Amino acid sequence: MPSAILGRKLGMTQVFEDDGRVTPVTVIEAGPCVVTQVKTQEKDGYSAIQVGFETVKEQRLNEPQKGHFRAHNVEPSRVLREIAIGAGENLAEGDQFAADIFASGDKVSVTGISKGKGFAGVVKRYHFHGGDMTHGSMIHRKPQSSGATDAARTFKGNKKPGHMGSEQVTQQNLKVVRVDVSKNLLLVKGAIPGANGGLVLVKKFIR
Amino acid sequence: MHPLIAEIEKAQTKAGVPTFDAGDTVKVHYKVVEGGKERIQVFEGVVIATKQGNEARNSFTVRKHTNGVGVERVFLSNSPRIDKIDVTRRGDVRRAKLYYLRGLVGKAARIKEKRSFAHAAAK
Repeated sequence: MPSAILGRKLGMTQVFEDDGRVTPVTVIEAGPCVVTQVKTQEKDGYSAIQVGFETVKEQRLNEPQKGHFRAHNVEPSRVLREIAIGAGENLAEGDQFAADIFASGDKVSVTGISKGKGFAGVVKRYHFHGGDMTHGSMIHRKPQSSGATDAARTFKGNKKPGHMGSEQVTQQNLKVVRVDVSKNLLLVKGAIPGANGGLVLVKKFIR
Repeated sequence: MHPLIAEIEKAQTKAGVPTFDAGDTVKVHYKVVEGGKERIQVFEGVVIATKQGNEARNSFTVRKHTNGVGVERVFLSNSPRIDKIDVTRRGDVRRAKLYYLRGLVGKAARIKEKRSFAHAAAK
């Protein structure tokens, strides 16, 4: 069985535990996914499976994409991603799997693309404290010094304003609270990266 | 909200939760576990705030005085630990949140009873 699955973040809500406590959860529509290609050590130099998520009309694809799906004799998918597999795993092209690869109580890590924040200043981007807003400070949200004068240059990696967000973020060690097999839903405790409707990769958490 | 999330929330919304608002006096029968045994504890007081962001996540705050000390408790309307809620008195107030009651005790903290036929019929 694969150790990861593709899904879409639907949004957040809360669920009650039996003892009345409330757990904040993120709902992920995970799978069904189909194995579109098996990569082997002999042929490709590493072993992995290519996984398709969300069916798409064939007329939406370009010719190379159509050819790829036809060559492997699988239904066309909107999203294709690779998932590493272990030595003992036997999966063939066309195999389907869904949210039931996880059970409640499992630990997972969720990878997604974070919400874009645009061109952000240092206070928002790096949590700089900023200056006084009052007392005539004239320095409110400025980055200030970018290094010593002796060096006669600024060092690489200096924190400056710039584009923030829209990058790959992984949230590790999240508990699966509930799995709805019939609707392919995963309820994961806490927040996950990205906007609602965003593509996420849910992976078994290995420390 | 996504329809699938609405479905999850609807599944945990309890039927038969009475409607009440700030100013009303309620008795909340709450299940507590003591020494491995479950019993029902009644918390009676004035509702000073209801939070209604959305039906499934509603909560309300109940305030009472015990031994001269003000006690407030926040309950979740759909909590499985709530056995039942009795509305014992309808209050006539002009605010949605009665946080001003925190500064008042005794006679000053009284709330007028609501006298309206429409309300009695709704009950």
